[in-house]
Amino acid sequence: MVLRLEKRPTPSRFWLYATPPVAVLLTMVMGGLLFALMGKNPFEVIRTIFWDPIFGEFAFYLRGQLLVKAGPLILIAIGLALGFRAGIWNIGAEGQYIMGAIIGASVGLAVFPTESRWIFPAMVIAGAFGGWVWAMIPAILKTRFNTNEILVSLMLVYVAETILAKASTGFLKNPEGMGFPGSRNFSSYPAARNDFIYEPLGLHWGGVAALVTAVLAFILLTRHQVGFQIRLAGQAPRAARFHGVNPARLVVLCMGISGALAGLAGLFEVAGPAGQISIDFNTGYGFTAIIVAFLGRLNPLGIVLAGFLMALTYVGGEMASTNLGLPDAAIQVFQGMLLFFLLAVDVLTNYRFRLAVGAH
Amino acid sequence: MDIGGINPVILIATLMASAVPILLAALGETVVERAGVLNLGVEGMMVIGALGGFVVAVQTGSPVLGFVGGAVAGAVLSLIFAALTQVFLANQVATGLALTLFGLGVSSLGGQGYNGIKPPSTGQLLPDALADLPVVGPIVFGHDWVVYFSILMTAVLWWVLKSTRVGLIIRAVGESHEAAHALGYKVNRIRLLCIAFGGAMAGMGGAYLSLVRVPQWVDGITAGAGWIALAIVVFASWKPWRVLIGAYLFGGITVLQLNLQVAGSIIPVEYLSMAPYLITILVLVIMSAGRKANGAPAALGQNFHASR
Amino acid sequence: MTELLRVDGVTKAYPGVVANSDVSFAVSEGEIHALLGENGAGKSTLVKMIYGLVRPDSGAMTLRGAPYQPAKPAEARRLGVAMVFQHFSLFEALNVAENVALGMENPPPMRELAAKIRAVSEEYGLPLDPSRMVGDLSAGERQRVEIIRCLLQDPKLLIMDEPTSVLTPQEVEILFRTLRQLASEGTAILYISHKLEEIRTLCDEATILRRGKVVATCTPRDRTAREMAELMVGAVLKTPERRPGAKGAVALGVSDLSVASPIPFGTSLKGVSFTVAKGEVLGIAGVAGNGQDELLLALSGELRSGADRIRIDGQPVGDLGPVGRRRVGLVAAPEDRYGHAAAPDMSLVENAFLTAGVRRGLTKNGFVDWAGTRAFAEEIIKAYDVRTPGPDVAARALSGGNLQKFLMGRELMQGAAVIVINQPTWGVDAAAAAAIRQSILDRAGEGAAVVVISQDLDELLEVSDSFAVLNAGRLTKPRPVEGLTMDEIGLMMGGAHGMEVAHHVG
Repeated sequence: MVLRLEKRPTPSRFWLYATPPVAVLLTMVMGGLLFALMGKNPFEVIRTIFWDPIFGEFAFYLRGQLLVKAGPLILIAIGLALGFRAGIWNIGAEGQYIMGAIIGASVGLAVFPTESRWIFPAMVIAGAFGGWVWAMIPAILKTRFNTNEILVSLMLVYVAETILAKASTGFLKNPEGMGFPGSRNFSSYPAARNDFIYEPLGLHWGGVAALVTAVLAFILLTRHQVGFQIRLAGQAPRAARFHGVNPARLVVLCMGISGALAGLAGLFEVAGPAGQISIDFNTGYGFTAIIVAFLGRLNPLGIVLAGFLMALTYVGGEMASTNLGLPDAAIQVFQGMLLFFLLAVDVLTNYRFRLAVGAH
Repeated sequence: MDIGGINPVILIATLMASAVPILLAALGETVVERAGVLNLGVEGMMVIGALGGFVVAVQTGSPVLGFVGGAVAGAVLSLIFAALTQVFLANQVATGLALTLFGLGVSSLGGQGYNGIKPPSTGQLLPDALADLPVVGPIVFGHDWVVYFSILMTAVLWWVLKSTRVGLIIRAVGESHEAAHALGYKVNRIRLLCIAFGGAMAGMGGAYLSLVRVPQWVDGITAGAGWIALAIVVFASWKPWRVLIGAYLFGGITVLQLNLQVAGSIIPVEYLSMAPYLITILVLVIMSAGRKANGAPAALGQNFHASR
Repeated sequence: MTELLRVDGVTKAYPGVVANSDVSFAVSEGEIHALLGENGAGKSTLVKMIYGLVRPDSGAMTLRGAPYQPAKPAEARRLGVAMVFQHFSLFEALNVAENVALGMENPPPMRELAAKIRAVSEEYGLPLDPSRMVGDLSAGERQRVEIIRCLLQDPKLLIMDEPTSVLTPQEVEILFRTLRQLASEGTAILYISHKLEEIRTLCDEATILRRGKVVATCTPRDRTAREMAELMVGAVLKTPERRPGAKGAVALGVSDLSVASPIPFGTSLKGVSFTVAKGEVLGIAGVAGNGQDELLLALSGELRSGADRIRIDGQPVGDLGPVGRRRVGLVAAPEDRYGHAAAPDMSLVENAFLTAGVRRGLTKNGFVDWAGTRAFAEEIIKAYDVRTPGPDVAARALSGGNLQKFLMGRELMQGAAVIVINQPTWGVDAAAAAAIRQSILDRAGEGAAVVVISQDLDELLEVSDSFAVLNAGRLTKPRPVEGLTMDEIGLMMGGAHGMEVAHHVG
């Protein structure tokens, strides 16, 4: 008796929705084993990560932190998902996030200490522009020279990180910072500050942007012709050309959207929670967003849920780190595992397992 | 005979060594891609190999066992990729990325407590009498065994892929899995073995970083080397000797860039350290421009499921 | 003659389909045995079991009296069973010798193998250069690679799956001589086809399959093609009716069209010129790989050319993409259903929108009118008798014939002035094929200009008013179908690509 995979005639709707929760459960089990191996009480760790931030003693504060972390993840992941849907693999969101932050922050810092209500909107536009420009490099190289966008966008992350280092020690360094690296802090510059709109929920302009974007992206994918073209290009590229899709335009569009959204996320972060440009300002949101995009099944509404779940692992992970001494890297492993289980369970959407006799 | 404060003989000798990690990883990935599989997890397998190699070498005191450990660690991680893509038919791009994220996480978790330790050193293979010869000494005779091993592997893989039945089958599976299946070849099994081989090579490459190049354990030690290895495979049009040339080219750029930093060049340090990445992009552009089919295996990145 | 292979009560079921049900027949040494049946009758599954690619659920096979149950193709090959596939068994980027070596158990060193290939190919009148890249070979030459791969292993039973669908009439002649020579040397041949005339000229015995069951065995020479066709289909066949409409003004004009092929190992179009009048059906024949796919791409708008190269009702459209051409009035149906004409994982509704959005007005300000699209999909399903649980199932869930009916309906129901179709009935059962041909003729009768590209000569002769051949990317001058002989068609198709050599008769 052998287990055999067999293609379903029509994708399973049940597994389409059941895959993420099953993957999360499997990850909790395996993650629990991992934590046990590290000498921690697995139940305590899982509770600290998944329960305490929402219902625990410090939930009043941590609940707000959830949206703070989920906002940028959702914003970036939606952009990535549009590209992934179309078979365009922008892996360099981290670089676009950094460039958005640098260019957006530059606009604000250039006019310091002017006070005007146009400064923050101008920074937002500049941030989106920064991410867009950085994403246009792989997009144009791909359409012009057929260069692999995965490798180019990734290389540009390392380039962006060097520019970030240069910015925080050089051209954006705080002149009153007594020689320490890092820019002026936006928290003391009200006109350029990304303030909380409603602090108990952790809602700042980035969170608003993320939720609005999710709704718009959902409408785009399900109702609009461009959304249809994005889905078609990813599933059947030749059918897309037959439909009339111009592949080069689609690459520019999808890379542009994802770059601009990543840039926006970077700007909201630097002007808000992070407060300043510093060498280690980026915390890997651009990479984690890849997991969020897949966990949300490349569906904008799913991504909102996935973004909150991933934020939970960050917030809860920090708790576990301070309270239980769980290393930060363990959370990274946990997130990687989640993506693995998701990809594995996903097979059930299009295939089913059958017991078969013999080798054929 | 220094030029601008840089001795060309030393430069060549150093670049051969500095190219070893990407050369080994890129050779492994060449085999994987020739079999039609795109494993973007090279960076993750390298970093796991770097840690695995380091831990084994430190625990046993034997650098050779360290390299074996690195290879095993890389291969084990690659088997996750193999299981997901060959058994569960998961998307290869997504799985490769997951492998990199996971590998970086696991290595940083497992590497705690190994910071600041010096690994047993891997010495020069041949006697000083040879290595001290002028010019040819440092370039030809002055290396450790892994440098020679990497060159040997280039030759072996070239021969295997070009002239042996195993190589022919690997190429056939990468060209058309349907045709290979119709002739009775076990496509997914062959691919699985290639993936494991690629993992082992990437793991060894990573181990060379932590045991020889750096040599100590640092978080995220690979710093994009795995991605550069992937780019080199494209640069090399999936041909082993060209992989060697590509790796040496990048080795040269890295060494030159470091030497310029040390020599106090007028170009700011930050821009110099960007150079390898920018040049990778440039080379990708040059190699990809104007050519639709530049020798890429026809079935690259596609999963195979025998329906009937 | 001694019995070589006996198949006894073999059954094989897949989820939802019984591919073979209690199938029995026998083949003797030196016999050319036809396995006849429509697409989906279970021929392929049956031979895959004999070749060890698929295992039967029940039943038994014997080879030379001994129980025969190959677990894999290698085992079948070792026991002297060889197979020439219809698709999917050659590697384009490898050379002839490498392709041959991959199909052998213990191939000799390459140099020796190359010499052997030359010798065997000469002996059987199938010349081949072992060092050539398979991707550069014509369809007929590729088939030779497969045949020689089999012959080198000295097979006792040679299975051939639809071997003539890719050959010119002259190449078919050469192949038949080779097969007769092999049979006279004692090799048994299991010949799978649905082409009845061929079977009548070549085969000694025939087993006829319908819906997975053996419905008859006969000696083809003693039966008429029509009798066998009715056994195969299980119904009396209707030939499509042609409504003799008056031919009108030129609707589609193509002049000196040259485009480079975007397909690896493809064929570029070189100076293609033709016109099609309103109400006329132009049939374009040619062996696979002579530029058919490229011609469709160039006409559909996926490949662009100079504006004046293609005109619809006198209006230059060569520089327009697919959307622009649909708007002007040209619809096209590519050959490959799974991935080109349709997105297999998308629903029929979404696939209806794929091409019909423009002409059926299914978008408003860029937003898709899904309700309207669904209504159109339902309309197609009804008008073309598409068997499906509903418009929301994925395209891949439909059988080839049903999906093709849906896709034909999608294009034909858009009221276009010019219709271009590549392989309208490829892999479609006879009843569906007849329906599709009828609807093509109906549209022409209503005044549409139709271009049908096909490799099935019978089909073209049935539906076309004029006839041309694509050969190495060039199109012959179209000629009226009336009065055209098979010999003339063969010459138009470029004979046997200059590869004919003296045949040794064994």
